[in-house]
Amino acid sequence: MRMDLIQPFINSTDAVLAQGLESSIAIENLSMEEEVYRRKGIAAEVILSGEIEGRIIFDVDQGTAVQLASRLAGVEVSETGEQLMREAVCELANQIIGNAVTTLNDQGFHFHVRPPTLHTSEQGSKSSEDTEALVMCFNTSSGNVFMNVALRYLRLAAAERVALAK
Amino acid sequence: MEKFAPVKRSEDGLPVRYLIVDDSVFARKNLARMVETFGGQVIGEAGDGISAISEYERLTPDIVLMDITMPQMEGIEAAEKIVRDHPGARVVMVSSVGYQENIVAALQRGARHFVQKPVKPEVLYEVIKYVMRDDATTAKSAGAAV
Repeated sequence: MRMDLIQPFINSTDAVLAQGLESSIAIENLSMEEEVYRRKGIAAEVILSGEIEGRIIFDVDQGTAVQLASRLAGVEVSETGEQLMREAVCELANQIIGNAVTTLNDQGFHFHVRPPTLHTSEQGSKSSEDTEALVMCFNTSSGNVFMNVALRYLRLAAAERVALAK
Repeated sequence: MEKFAPVKRSEDGLPVRYLIVDDSVFARKNLARMVETFGGQVIGEAGDGISAISEYERLTPDIVLMDITMPQMEGIEAAEKIVRDHPGARVVMVSSVGYQENIVAALQRGARHFVQKPVKPEVLYEVIKYVMRDDATTAKSAGAAV
């Protein structure tokens, strides 16, 4: 998967979580995933369609979700505050992915973003030949968060078409 | 949260009344907390564009904070309908997706301003002051009497 496609997601995760948590974050791990995606905790999925299509899953384990929701809501959220945790994870996914696709849009890629939905299945689709899945693990002051990015190009970006035509 | 001098309505000195529209309850609560630190009053919330239109009709808020990507009806379309029926409506788009074409479309359809998520309180505060500038007074200090 091209770095220019991934870098906006890394940058926006850093920016959104650092602002929300008021502390720096670090990339714990980056790996290509060939096996079926397995949910770790509370996961939100965003579907993209257009010149780039696919899905991004923002996945947070239960303990981290409690801390994230508490920090972002400004009130203590208990493990029983499941609804608030789900809302927090969905909204974080919305902000991170929204900022990333804005950058990609500015770079010339055009696509439509659907609102995030809770990914409730225990597992998702497997990556394929033309849809690689990149798993990123970010270490935050509230615990680890994961992003599983599975995207593929449907069309070349405008600049690439021009370059190929020459 | 940082202290802000209250933004008030110029006609009567009362708090600015907000309608917050976002399909995320979490996002609505965050924005509500923020505008309350500006001395504002949240008089209604909506989770999609269709509800936003009916709530605007019912409540006639001073400012609408409107998300873009929502189910049933997106925010730009809802903003357009609200402003078409109420030309004095003040709609500020608040979204994580800051496409240039989205911003231009929203402004062309009547939105007054655009704020990208994650929202920084100091940014939203300046936008609200700007949008209300013809109609609001800002208290000189947080302790100024009404």
